[in-house]
Amino acid sequence: MESFLEIFDIYLLEAVVNGILLGGLLALLALGLNLIFGVIDVTWICYAELVMIGMYGMYFLVQYYGVSYFLAAPVAIVLVAILGAALHYLVIAPLLSGPPINQLLATGGVLFVLQSFATVAFGIDFRNLGIRLPVLAFADMHFSYSRLLAFGAALIGMVVVYLFMTRTYTGTAIRAIAQDRQIMALMGVDTKKIYLITSAVGGALAGLAACLLVLQYDVHPFVGLSFGPITFLICVLGGLGNFVGGFVAAFVFAEIISLGGLFSDLEWGYVLAFGFFIIMMFIRPGGLLARRS
Amino acid sequence: MNQRYAWPIAVAALIALPFVYRDPYHLHILILILIWSFAYTSWSLMGRFGLVSLGHGGFMGVGAYVTALLWNHLGLSPWIGIPIALVSAGALALVVAYPCFRFRITGHYFALVTLALSGIVLQVITATRDYTGGSLGYTPERTKGNNIVALQFDDKIVWYLIALAVWLAGLLIWHVVDRSMSRYAMEAISEDEDAAAAAGVNVTFEKLRITVISALMTALAGALYCQYQMFISPDTVSGIAVSLQMVFAVVVGGIYVALGPTVGAIITLLLAEFLRIFFGTKAVGWDNLVYGVLLVLFIIFLPKGILGSILERVKVGPAKAPVVKKPA
Amino acid sequence: MLELKSLDAGYGSFQALFGINLDVKAGEAVGVIGPNGAGKTTLMRVISGLIRPTRGTIAMEAADVVATPAHLIVGLGIAHVPENRRLFPRLTVEDNLKMGAFMPKARAKFAERLEFVFDLFPRMKERRNQMAGTMSGGEQQMCAIGRALMSDPKLLLLDEPSAGLAPVVVQQVFELVKRIRSGGLTVLIVEQNVQQVLKVVDRAYLLEAGTIRASGTAAEMLASDTVKQAYLGV
Repeated sequence: MESFLEIFDIYLLEAVVNGILLGGLLALLALGLNLIFGVIDVTWICYAELVMIGMYGMYFLVQYYGVSYFLAAPVAIVLVAILGAALHYLVIAPLLSGPPINQLLATGGVLFVLQSFATVAFGIDFRNLGIRLPVLAFADMHFSYSRLLAFGAALIGMVVVYLFMTRTYTGTAIRAIAQDRQIMALMGVDTKKIYLITSAVGGALAGLAACLLVLQYDVHPFVGLSFGPITFLICVLGGLGNFVGGFVAAFVFAEIISLGGLFSDLEWGYVLAFGFFIIMMFIRPGGLLARRS
Repeated sequence: MNQRYAWPIAVAALIALPFVYRDPYHLHILILILIWSFAYTSWSLMGRFGLVSLGHGGFMGVGAYVTALLWNHLGLSPWIGIPIALVSAGALALVVAYPCFRFRITGHYFALVTLALSGIVLQVITATRDYTGGSLGYTPERTKGNNIVALQFDDKIVWYLIALAVWLAGLLIWHVVDRSMSRYAMEAISEDEDAAAAAGVNVTFEKLRITVISALMTALAGALYCQYQMFISPDTVSGIAVSLQMVFAVVVGGIYVALGPTVGAIITLLLAEFLRIFFGTKAVGWDNLVYGVLLVLFIIFLPKGILGSILERVKVGPAKAPVVKKPA
Repeated sequence: MLELKSLDAGYGSFQALFGINLDVKAGEAVGVIGPNGAGKTTLMRVISGLIRPTRGTIAMEAADVVATPAHLIVGLGIAHVPENRRLFPRLTVEDNLKMGAFMPKARAKFAERLEFVFDLFPRMKERRNQMAGTMSGGEQQMCAIGRALMSDPKLLLLDEPSAGLAPVVVQQVFELVKRIRSGGLTVLIVEQNVQQVLKVVDRAYLLEAGTIRASGTAAEMLASDTVKQAYLGV
């Protein structure tokens, strides 16, 4: 009996740590989506599909062209950043003055396009990098290096974005634009250009997430569906456009998924997370960090 | 005027159609168009008031799977199973929509919450693969021939008539809502929630009512689709893709017009069918790729929808036309 | 320095300004007075490019303002302190000032300009890390003017700097305008507080219903019957 408890605790602890590691990745995804929403006031429904394209980019660079992982990663990040900028320029910009539902739907259309593009170009097979990173064994617990690496890189990515947002003129303008769109021209800021840069940064974050996810998961055209919805929930719970809220919510959700997955399948972890989300909406409707008025 | 007779004549013609024209493939397409039109109409019921739900794929999935599961595992006839499925979908709609409306989660937030709902329903179907067959799909157990208890018919004409009746009922509900006080309340709410509340509109209740009606109808569409096709998979009746498909069709057809969703269904289904046949089975995904690109272009260049744009040009939008006589 | 010729402007189908002719010479302080809804704010917005004129020309020194994209107009040396200050409320005072120096030319001189603004408003130095939205109205006005000065402008457009401020603070603001122009900056100021503004400007225009009804030196305007009766309550 005693030994059973010990084992159980070890598993629990392992799940908690894995939850934290997953939280880093989810926080990265939420940050990208929040950035786009906070600045441009549109939601990229196809955000997870950008990640999927990035994962394919990594797969082909590493597996097909034999580029080393660490060289391929920057290429993939730039690729998705360009994709993000293109998405804004081609689809969002023409719709900016239209009803918000159309912007939402257009990115939904892009979701279709990206999924079917991946199906056409890469087929529906599950593919993986074939990189098997060793597993770290620590006090009877096992953590894969790929998760540790992903967590570290996600944190670094977020710190870089934080520095960019607080230290540079462009970053400051990105924060300012969400607070007062109309007077940006008085500051000498070209809003269109800032939107484009923001979209590229959002894309780059998706690209970074792709580089990290591809270490842990197989890529297929519909892989976006397995983490897209959860990212949306995180953003809503954290408050759309609220970076800190998204960060906290990401870790809360990651723990729920990880601990829920401990007791049954990962899918049930998602369901649990959704249930938690609904309950939270009753308790803290304005988001996790909302101040009660 | 002529309008008075237009409806009965059109309905009579539609009823008579399968007895005159019996090509099974075309009839099959027509049945699908009618079922999906009904689903799209139910989405537009709330979509026209700015309630952009991306969760209807979830409601449809609940309708289809609950009906099929009850039949296969408990032997419950769809005549009992469908009402249970509808109640489940309605309850799901209540649980998700109530906090949304109560706490003023609107616009992007509402769209994202409901989007996640579709995703979650799909996850549940996949997770319970021991019962639902997971992503491989699910088939209700077949009975022989036409079986009213099992709601299974070999005869396409029967299905055509059922689908036609349901589609007409959907249009009728659309009209009833269009002429009710609810419509004014909902329009006021979509303009300005606070002002509507100040004017004595029970904002949460009004929104909830329209959402539940819409969810029930969508679940019914899912159940019918299941009974007709005798095969369902998470991808065809649930999930984000199905939700988006509904919204697209409505936007393509025209969101503020009674027949808009139907026009949208005709266009999108025919387009999808055409692309499917055009590209054949070898080029998997090409049909969806072209479909997606066309939809994006459509939203950018014709944001009011085809029927909406045409009617605007002719300036006889039924929604704005004076209420003359009750149509048949 | 600034010259407007037969300028029309408006919002959509609504025309707010009709054939405005106005000029501001280097080193001058010029006021635009008039009742609510006369088009004063529209005038300021047209000059800084927030709305574009439907007819007429605007020249800033040699440059054609109408042909310049809105976000490059500040580069011509025109800084606009908008109505209601319009600070970025959830940005710190320093970040607000940083936004004022966004133009590449101004960035190079950021430290120097910041020192200049902090000299002018020591209070801003104390509050540099405070969120702009949490300051008092008067402090916010200082910050807004400071933000405009960060771009090292030749011409400062002030839109109702005294609006919504307590009387004591209004005094301070006008003192400040005096100090700013004594530093050699050209100022175009829009005000409803006619009495006060005529004390700090050299010349003034009276704008009513989108057209210029009168103009002259501050003394002439003070003496004018129209101005006296309508705006000074004499």
